[in-house]
Amino acid sequence: MNILYDERLDGPAPKLDRAAIRDSLAEAIPDMLLLHREEDMRPFECDGLSVYRTLPLLVALPDSLDQIQRLLQTCHRLGVPVVTRGAGTGLSAGALPLEHGVLLVMSRFSRILEIDPEARIARVEPGVRNLAISEAASPYGLYYAPDPSSQIACSIGGNVAENAGGVHCLKYGLTVHNVIKVEILTIEGERMTLGSDALDAPGFDLLALFNGSEGMLGVVTEITVKLLPKPEVAKVLMASFDDVEKAGNAVGAIIEAGIIPGGLEMMDKLAIIAAEDFIGAGYPVDAEAILLCELDGVEADVDDDCETVRRVLEKAGATGIKQARDDAERARFWAGRKNAFPAVGRMSPDYYCMDGTIPRRELAGVLKGISDLSERYGLKVANVFHAGDGNMHPLILFDANREGELAVAEALGGEILELCVRVGGTITGEHGVGREKINQMCAQFRPDELATFRAAKAAFDPNDLLNPGKNIPTPARCSEFRTIKSAADSAPAAPQG
Amino acid sequence: MANATTPQDHDASAALAERIRQAAAEGTPLRIVGGDTRYFYGREVKGNELSTREHRGISFYDPVELVVSVRTGTPLAELEATLEEHGQMLPFEPPRYGEGSTVGGMVATGLSGPRRPWAGSVRDFVLGTRVISHEGIEQRFGGEVMKNVAGYDLSRLMVGAQGSLGLITEMSFKVLPKPGATHSLHLELSLEEARLRLAEWGREPLPISAAAWLDGALHLRLEGGPSSVEATRARIGGDDLDNGFWTALRDQRLGFFRGGDAPLWRLSLPHRAPALDLPDIDEREMIHDWAGAQRWLRSDLDAETLRRACQSAGGHATCYGPRPHATEPFTPLPELLLKYHRNLKAQLDPKGLFNPGRLYAAL
Repeated sequence: MNILYDERLDGPAPKLDRAAIRDSLAEAIPDMLLLHREEDMRPFECDGLSVYRTLPLLVALPDSLDQIQRLLQTCHRLGVPVVTRGAGTGLSAGALPLEHGVLLVMSRFSRILEIDPEARIARVEPGVRNLAISEAASPYGLYYAPDPSSQIACSIGGNVAENAGGVHCLKYGLTVHNVIKVEILTIEGERMTLGSDALDAPGFDLLALFNGSEGMLGVVTEITVKLLPKPEVAKVLMASFDDVEKAGNAVGAIIEAGIIPGGLEMMDKLAIIAAEDFIGAGYPVDAEAILLCELDGVEADVDDDCETVRRVLEKAGATGIKQARDDAERARFWAGRKNAFPAVGRMSPDYYCMDGTIPRRELAGVLKGISDLSERYGLKVANVFHAGDGNMHPLILFDANREGELAVAEALGGEILELCVRVGGTITGEHGVGREKINQMCAQFRPDELATFRAAKAAFDPNDLLNPGKNIPTPARCSEFRTIKSAADSAPAAPQG
Repeated sequence: MANATTPQDHDASAALAERIRQAAAEGTPLRIVGGDTRYFYGREVKGNELSTREHRGISFYDPVELVVSVRTGTPLAELEATLEEHGQMLPFEPPRYGEGSTVGGMVATGLSGPRRPWAGSVRDFVLGTRVISHEGIEQRFGGEVMKNVAGYDLSRLMVGAQGSLGLITEMSFKVLPKPGATHSLHLELSLEEARLRLAEWGREPLPISAAAWLDGALHLRLEGGPSSVEATRARIGGDDLDNGFWTALRDQRLGFFRGGDAPLWRLSLPHRAPALDLPDIDEREMIHDWAGAQRWLRSDLDAETLRRACQSAGGHATCYGPRPHATEPFTPLPELLLKYHRNLKAQLDPKGLFNPGRLYAAL
């Protein structure tokens, strides 16, 4: 099934005259940068999931609130869809443009408006990079906790749109747990504040609803996040295992011992070899799996916990346990993990990153299932895993230049996600649905549940102008998805790569 | 997985769905009730009583996964006792207003206790929910995993919505191990000094998990590993305090909450908000919980004046009673925000079946 916007499955697209809309926008907002030439718009044709590309109708680069407001009012009046884009690092094609829509680029809103060390908050514009917040807070001994792997480049506005996670979620939460207030503009250009500087606000928790809403309910124009005191120390243990299942069980055993590590990551053999080859992190290349366990907090507690974890890992059958001796070695251990995606990218012309989350107890079975699927589809899969919170990132290796291989990778990816749903998990832990997983939403939710999602959307955007076609599939798409699935289930042969 | 079943466990979701379909057919609103211990928290609802009490039991608990799913008619005490057996807890310390308090009431009101500023609130620990829609169909959003961004976050939206968007039948939570060590302290300090100290400590990674100023003293709770709790205790000084103080504060059983005829107000403010600009109010007569972010006040002051002062300090004020409320219990919403609340209510509950008017007259 086509991932790009398909009127037959995603609903009729408005028939729009580019020149007329350009004129209307230029008239309403003469001082706004508006791109319309193909060569100028080309860099915006995709986000971090670059296999899907669409040239937008127009690209708007406002630099004031007033410009966004007038842009939305004009688009609302003319019935023009609006796709909002942050830094464009998203991995689910959530910011994939529409041929019949204006791409609203927020990158010029990159000011940190306020760091208040007494209140322990930062007030920032949506285009501010995730890491820039922690850097600005650092002189005060504070930092912003959620740290997606793309934190050097991704914007906080995009983080809110996707409810981004990272490697420290189990202990410190997702974006939704760390944002206290947002300023938004509705599709009609109305300004609203959700949340507050206090710890709660009257009425419905619309702040929670907006986190992870993929730019489909409103446009976020300002974000207040909470800052945390930097932990006194962080220490990391690396354990090797000769069996993936033992590594999986060790994760449960650590948590059973009453310890919530700051980070708890797992990599399988293929990912270990790729990372070691790329970074030289000191990983044991003969291991079937490694666990990285970071413990942070007050030094005395961390030392006690390191001892406990070491005992647990030994009992769980680790073949080797290494504690980083200093911050440099600790950084090296993490560098291997944080660069796992590009490392795997060096082994293969292309890779496709999945984002399913499963109950941890299902890990061994799911890894076995992925390995079987990998064999059946004839594509290798490397596994990188936020083990502490059950969020898996299988990386499917493929070559887009080989005819049909992208389609095989997509089909394999789809099956991995459906496997996650079958064991009680979800198709996306932190990357979002976007366009990428639009079909698998039909596997995770029933038609009536999807209708409830659409009802929530209609409360804010009844004409479906904000990022249409993302996140929530239409009944037509799901009905086709189910037809194809049931045909495939009854067919005897599996596709070959 | 832990076995957490009891003889009272019962899945009444089919019967509840049937009641909702009936109500929808007749167009009669429903007053949703669990233990009815939080009756005072909100406006009065006129409707046929729909009780969740028969729908009870822990349907899933896996301490290793840190996940528990529980039917909303389950007594909160039963859930907490089960977690306790496995050394775990609901980190947000929901207040209990009596033995009848249910999980559904906890979620619907979304109230959290002393640990809230450090650990998070009820909604922060919600992973998923089952809700019976206005059409009488049980729907599932979120799930039993730590991270889940498939679709809109309707699970967390239900927290604090007072049942006005659908009948919550089950909730899944993230739970955490209880801390290894706990020690409470009593420090004689003026309110001003306490505020300065808390601001300073707040920027350090100290194992503080509760801080309340009342009766001329700062009450502090330290939680964490035994080593850090002991080191912090030695550094901060003060007298030892019975840990039971926090239970009494959490469940509003301190003398402050019992005495007086004047209405009880909960002021939610930025923790470093200065004293309110109200000449008639002495801040030293309030309880400053949550390191100053939640202040309890008994006052006859008119609601509008009090709310204006709270709003200009960046917060809001909720009236806890006594009933009947002389005023709106919750701070009125700005017109535009109310419009989108009404839109959402109209979309998810078009016939106005679920607790109409409980939060605001227009919802």
